[in-house]
Amino acid sequence: MVDVPYDRIADVPPAEVPEVELYHPKSWWTQYVFSQDAKVIAIQYSLTASAIGLVALVLSWLMRLQLGFPGTFSFIDANQYLQFITMHGMIMVIYLLTALFLGGFGNYLIPLMVGARDMVFPYVNMLSYWVYLLAVVVLASTFFVPGGPTGAGWTLYPPQAILSGTPGQDWGIVLMLASLILFIIGFTMGGLNYVVTVLQARTRGMTLMRLPLTVWGIFTATVMALLAFPALFVASVMMLFDRLLGTSFFMPALVEMGQQMKYGGGSPILFQHLFWFFGHPEVYIVALPAFGIVSDLISTHARKNIFGYRMMVWAIVGIGALSFVVWAHHMYVSGMHPHFGFFFATTTLIIAIPTAIKVYNWVLTLWRGDIHLTVPMLFALGFIITFVNGGLTGLFLGNVVVDVPLSDTMFVVAHFHMVMGVAPIMVVLGAIYHWYPKVTGRMLNDVLGKFHFWVTFLGAYLIFFPMHYLGLLGIPRRYHDIGEAAFIPSSAHTLNAFITVVALTVGVAQMVFLFNLVWSLFKGRPSGGNPWRATTLEWQTPETPPGHGNWGKELPVVYRWAYDYSVPGAAQDFIPQNQPPKATRAVQGAAP
Amino acid sequence: MSAIVLFMAVIAVIVGWWLSQQRLTAKPWLEEGSIDDFPGTGAMTLPAAKIGLGVFLAVATSLFALFISAYSMRMNMVDWRTLPVPGLLWFNTGVLVLSSVALQWAYVAAHRNDMDGVIVGLCAGAASAVTFLVGQLLAWQQLRSAGYFVASNPANSFFYMITAAHGLHLMGGLVALGRTTAKVWRGAEMPQVRLSVELCTIYWHFLLLVWLVLLGLLTGWTDDFVDICRRLLT
Amino acid sequence: MVVAIVLLLVAVGSVLFHIYSPWWWTPIATNWSYIDHTISITFWITGVVFFAVIAFMAYCVFRFHHKEGRQAHYNPENKKLEWWLSVGTGIGVAAMLAPGLFVWHQFVTVPADATEIEVMGQQWQWSFRLPGKDGRMGTTDVRFVSSDNPMGLNPDDKHGQDDVVIASDDLHLPVGKPVKVLLRSLDVLHDFYVPEFRAKMDMVPGMVTYFWMTPIRTGTFDVLCAELCGAAHAQMRAKVIVDEESEYHAWLEKQKTFAELSGRNAVMRATYESGGK
Repeated sequence: MVDVPYDRIADVPPAEVPEVELYHPKSWWTQYVFSQDAKVIAIQYSLTASAIGLVALVLSWLMRLQLGFPGTFSFIDANQYLQFITMHGMIMVIYLLTALFLGGFGNYLIPLMVGARDMVFPYVNMLSYWVYLLAVVVLASTFFVPGGPTGAGWTLYPPQAILSGTPGQDWGIVLMLASLILFIIGFTMGGLNYVVTVLQARTRGMTLMRLPLTVWGIFTATVMALLAFPALFVASVMMLFDRLLGTSFFMPALVEMGQQMKYGGGSPILFQHLFWFFGHPEVYIVALPAFGIVSDLISTHARKNIFGYRMMVWAIVGIGALSFVVWAHHMYVSGMHPHFGFFFATTTLIIAIPTAIKVYNWVLTLWRGDIHLTVPMLFALGFIITFVNGGLTGLFLGNVVVDVPLSDTMFVVAHFHMVMGVAPIMVVLGAIYHWYPKVTGRMLNDVLGKFHFWVTFLGAYLIFFPMHYLGLLGIPRRYHDIGEAAFIPSSAHTLNAFITVVALTVGVAQMVFLFNLVWSLFKGRPSGGNPWRATTLEWQTPETPPGHGNWGKELPVVYRWAYDYSVPGAAQDFIPQNQPPKATRAVQGAAP
Repeated sequence: MSAIVLFMAVIAVIVGWWLSQQRLTAKPWLEEGSIDDFPGTGAMTLPAAKIGLGVFLAVATSLFALFISAYSMRMNMVDWRTLPVPGLLWFNTGVLVLSSVALQWAYVAAHRNDMDGVIVGLCAGAASAVTFLVGQLLAWQQLRSAGYFVASNPANSFFYMITAAHGLHLMGGLVALGRTTAKVWRGAEMPQVRLSVELCTIYWHFLLLVWLVLLGLLTGWTDDFVDICRRLLT
Repeated sequence: MVVAIVLLLVAVGSVLFHIYSPWWWTPIATNWSYIDHTISITFWITGVVFFAVIAFMAYCVFRFHHKEGRQAHYNPENKKLEWWLSVGTGIGVAAMLAPGLFVWHQFVTVPADATEIEVMGQQWQWSFRLPGKDGRMGTTDVRFVSSDNPMGLNPDDKHGQDDVVIASDDLHLPVGKPVKVLLRSLDVLHDFYVPEFRAKMDMVPGMVTYFWMTPIRTGTFDVLCAELCGAAHAQMRAKVIVDEESEYHAWLEKQKTFAELSGRNAVMRATYESGGK
C-alpha cells in the first residue's frame, strides 16, 4: 500500500509536487488488463457493471412476459419468477448502480475533477476491480449451479431465504451471500481510494467549495457506503453461519413442511434491522452521485451556474447524515415495536425537505438560462420528472400509516423503480452522452441519442406511472400470477399486458444505444477537448482522451469555483476553473 | 442498534467538526483567485496512507459496532446462555498487549533512527501476534472439547464469530507488518520505514482496543457497566 | 418548443390519468377510512407540487431554450427565495405527517373491548383460531405442532381446550365488533393481507404481532399473503366472510373446539388400533 515514499513529500501539499511518482505500465497487460490507471479501471468497472446489468435487463423482460401474459410462457414457473426478481433486484441495485456510479464514474471523474494524477492507492484500486469482478462471476455462476440462484427476493429475509420452500436453497443463497461479501471487500478497497483522493490529492486551489457537485455527490455517497456496507457484511456473515453451521442468529424455532427444525430462539427482525441499516443509505448511495452529476449536466447545458450551490452542498451532506436514521421505515409492517413508527416517519419526512430544495434549485437553474436541448440535457430533464414523481410517492410510503395499506404492493415496486431505478439510470445515460467525448475523443450520434432518450423516458414513465395504481388497487408484489381475486377487475390484466409491451419496447431501444456506443467509437464526430464548453477541470486536460497521469508536465491550478458560466463581462460564456483571474473583472459587483 | 447509532453519531460529530473548518458558508463565486488568499482550505497535507488508514479504521469500527449491536439485540432473547470464558483468554490478552508494546517500541526506535530497535520491535510484535492467534485457536479447541459448539447456543455462535472477525483483522495486519519487515530487511531508508511502522503501530493499538471492548462484551462486563450507568441515571 | 409541450403533456397526462383511472382502491370494509383520508391529503399536496414543478420546468424550457444571442442570467443564489421554499416545503410535509401520526396513534391503540382472534400462517396456508366460551385463547408453541394439532396449541392449557380451531376453512367475523387480530407464523414471514381492510401486518415466526380493526360492512373478502414466503406465495389464499351477528353465531355453533378435534382424533386412533388387532 505504501509504494510511494510519502515521507519525502509529506511537508509539501501533494499538488505542488511536480510529478507524484506514478506506476508506469510496462506491458500491454499492465496497461489495459491489470491496469492501475483509474481511467482504465473506471472503464473496466463500467463494462462489467453494464454486462451484468444487461443480464438483469433480460430478466426483467422475462418477468414482464410472465406478468403481462400469465400462463402463456410455460418456461417461466413460480420458482423461476422468484429467482428472476431476486437476481434482477440485487444486480440492479448493487452490482450495476453502486458499481457504476462509484467504481465507474467515481474512478473516472474524481481524479480528473479534483486535478489529481490518479487515485492515491492505484494498486489497491486495481485489486478493488478484480475483487468486484470475482463477486460478479460468483453471482452469475448461481445461474448454473444445482437448484439455480436464490429466489428469496433481493431483501433475502430469513427464515425464508435459507429454507427449502424457497428456490436456490442449496447453492444459490450461499453463493449470493459469498458474492455480497466479496463485493463489500472490493468496494471498501475502492472506496478508501475515492475518499482519500478527495481529501488529500486535490490540486492547488481546489477548496471544498470549488468542487463540482459531481464530486460532492460521489464523495458523500462513498463515505456513506463505507459506513453502511458493513451492516450488509455482518448480516451476510451471520446468515451464512445460520445456513452452513446451523446457528440460530436469525432463525426462531419453526416447523417447516411439518418437520420440526433444529433452529430456535433467533430473530428474523434482527436481520431486517441490519439489512435496512445498509439498505436505506444504499438508496442515497445511488441517489447522491446522481444528484451531483445531474447538477453539473444542467448547469453546463443551461450555460448557467447551478442555483444555490451552497444549499446544494449542505443538502447533500444533510441527506447523507439523515439517511442513517430512517432505516426502519422499510419495516413499518414488519412487526417491530409500533412506537418506532412515530420516530421513523418523522425523520423520513424531514429528509424530504433537503431533497425538495435540490429539486427546486435544479429547475431554478433553468430559469433565465440559455438552455441547450442536447441529449445530456434531455436526460437531465427526464431525471427531474421521474425523480420528482418517485420522490413524492416516497412521501406516501414514508408516512407510517399510509404505508400500511400500500406496503408490499405494486405501489412500492413502482415507487422505487421510478426513484432509484429510472431516475438514476436517466442520469447514467445523460452522463455517458456527456462524458463519452472525453473518454473516447468522439461524440455520440445525436439523432440516435434523441431517439434513445424519448423512447426510454416516455416508455419508462408509461411503465411505472400506471403501475402505482395497480398497487393502490391492492395487487401485491412478488406474485408471478395474481390469479383469481374478486377485487381485481379484468382491466388490470389489460394494463399489465400494456406495461409489458412498453417494457419490451424500451428494452429494444437500449440496443440502439449500445449500437451508438460502438458505432461512434469509430465513426463518431471528433469532439475536441471541450465540446460542451464546460468549466470543470476534466475538460481542460492537455490530451483527449486524457493520457497517463492526466495533466502532462504540470498540475492545473484552480482559481475559481466550478460554475462560472455566463459571467457578465467575460469574453466567453464560460471560464475554466484553471483560468487565472484578470485584474479587471466585472463580475465582483454583479453578484447580488 | 444503539451501539452502531452511537458510533454514527461520533462519526457525524467528527465530520461536522472537520467540515466546519472548511469554510462551507463561504460564497465561492465571489472568491476568485489563488488559494493563498484562503489559508487552510487546501488538500490535507498528511500522507495519503495515514488518511487511508484512518478511514479504514472507521470502516472497521463500524463493522465491530454492528457485531456488537447484533450481539446486544440477540442476547435479550430467552434462549441465551452465557458461555464461560476460557482462562486462556486472559493469557491471550496479555500477549496482545505485549504485541502492541513491541510495536510501540519499534515506532519509538524508528523516530530515534535506531534500525536495530525497529527490527527487534517488529519481530517481537509479529511473534506475539502469532502467539495470540494460536492462543485463540486453542481457546476454541478448549471450548469445543467442553461441549460449547458453535451452533449449540447463540452466545457460543457469537463468541466464535466475533473472535474470528477480530483474528482475521489481525491476520490482515500481519500481512502489512510482514511487508514492512521485508522492507526493513531489504535495507530501505529510515524515512520510508518510519511511516510504515507508524501505520502498523496505530493499527495494532486499534485492534487491541477492539479486543478489550469485545472481551468486555463476551465476559459480560459491558452489561454490568451499562446496568450501573442505567441505575445512576434513574 | 416540442420538448416543452411534451414535458407539459407528461404533467397534464399524469393528472388526467389520476382522475380517470379505473384502477383505484377497493371499497373499504373496516373503520380505517382515516387511512384513506390521509392518502387523499397526500395525493392533493404531492399532486400540486408535482404539477407545479413540471409545469414550471416546461415553461423554462419553452421560454429560455437556446437562441442565437441569448445569454443566461447570472444569479448564484437567492437566500430569501430558498428559505421561503424550504419553509413552504416544511409546511407541506407537516400537513402530511401530522394526520399520519395521528392516525398511526389510533392504529396502535387497541380498544379495550376488542375481541382477540388469531391468524396463523404457514407454507402455504392459513389457519384461524377464535377464543372459546371463556373468552381467552390458550398458549401455543411450535413444539406442539403435529398432524393432530396443526396450530401447536398447548394440550395442557385449560384455556385452550375450548378454542375454536379452523384449520383449512374460511374465517367469519361479526360486523361492527372491534377485533384484535393476533398474527403468528410457523415457518417463514407471511403477511395477512385483505385489501379491503387496509390494515395489515407481517407474521413473524417466534413472535406474535397484531393489528386491530372493526369490520363495517358484510361481504366476502380475499385473503392474500403480502410477504414473500417461498415458491407458492401467490397461491396462499383464504377468504374472510363478514357476517351479521346472527349468521356469525350460527356459523360459530358449527365449528369444532380444540378439545373436540383432538378428542375425536384420539378416539379414531383408538378404534383404528383396536380394529387392527
